[in-house]
Amino acid sequence: MSEARATAPSLAERRTWYLRGCIAAASIPGLILASAFIGFASLAKGAGLTMAQSVFMTGVVWALPAHVVLVGAILAGASLPAAMFAVTLSSVRLMPMVVAIVPELRGSRTPRWVLYLLSHFVAVTSWVVAMERLKNVPPDLRTSYYFGLGSTLVLANMLIVACFYLVADKLPVVVSAALLLLTPMYFLSSLWGSAREWATHAAMVIGLVLGPLFHLLVPQFDLVAAGILGGALAYGLHRLLGGKSYS
Amino acid sequence: MTFDAIDAWWWPFLFILVAGWVATDAWRFLGVHLGSRLAEDSEALVLVRAVATALVAAVIGNLVIFPAEPLASTSVALRFGAVALGFVAYLTLGRRVIVAIIVMELVFGLGLWANL
Repeated sequence: MSEARATAPSLAERRTWYLRGCIAAASIPGLILASAFIGFASLAKGAGLTMAQSVFMTGVVWALPAHVVLVGAILAGASLPAAMFAVTLSSVRLMPMVVAIVPELRGSRTPRWVLYLLSHFVAVTSWVVAMERLKNVPPDLRTSYYFGLGSTLVLANMLIVACFYLVADKLPVVVSAALLLLTPMYFLSSLWGSAREWATHAAMVIGLVLGPLFHLLVPQFDLVAAGILGGALAYGLHRLLGGKSYS
Repeated sequence: MTFDAIDAWWWPFLFILVAGWVATDAWRFLGVHLGSRLAEDSEALVLVRAVATALVAAVIGNLVIFPAEPLASTSVALRFGAVALGFVAYLTLGRRVIVAIIVMELVFGLGLWANL
């Protein structure tokens, strides 16, 4: 939080920082995300979704784990409430991420609706990039910057899903397989890195084991069961061991 | 009420909107609402993060052990080994996501080439 400004930023300043945000989308995390969305395009096509449905899902959901859960639910023939419940549970983590980014984004006179609008762009990649770079952006222009970053990531990946949906069958099998394996590796490493407390790491390890286990035991509820049981176990351990968090 | 239940062009979009958009943006909007109110180190948030993380970890586990085609035709040992080595590289070589991905893809590619 540096200087408090007496006047509102001019339109030209806003445009400059908006464009800088757009450029920031072309980063290594942005590139990894794009490759993961290529994998999603073939996943969605394999599940029988149309191109329009896949692109629509990319734009309105904008959280790759939620996409994978939703496509999985569709594949399993889940009902609308069951699918919604699974996606709701898989997306809880968006809430603390937004809670963490809102104080960084807010300028001295940012209207509420702007924050609600910008919150749609919060997902692992834009969050990681923003938390790293927002401190170098003047406070009153951070919303412009994040709007540029978030909207560019969303639109670029909608375009990528559309293009790669068309060629998904024509990609060499080895390439499709390698892209599909990229998503779990990306989630695993970026989530491990963003953990704030020991409980989160414990939850990851337990969830990694319980997911496949419950997939065999209770295929319809595997994610929900693994999430609730794994999270509760990790939290219990965390309390037993005195509740350490990383500083 | 499944994805294929109603034979109309708008039904799959409504399904995605309700099960996808509402289910994700509700959390984002709640995050803005709580914004400054909820302390980031509160105990409730620790539990919330633990449940959310275990659920995403379950997704990760299933993507590796029970993947979709064409990944499903590769051996489970190779997929597990490639991701495990990628993760070890991440932990030991400066915690960079890109390192994990490069190592994982190299191991996976070599394994496929060697017909593992």
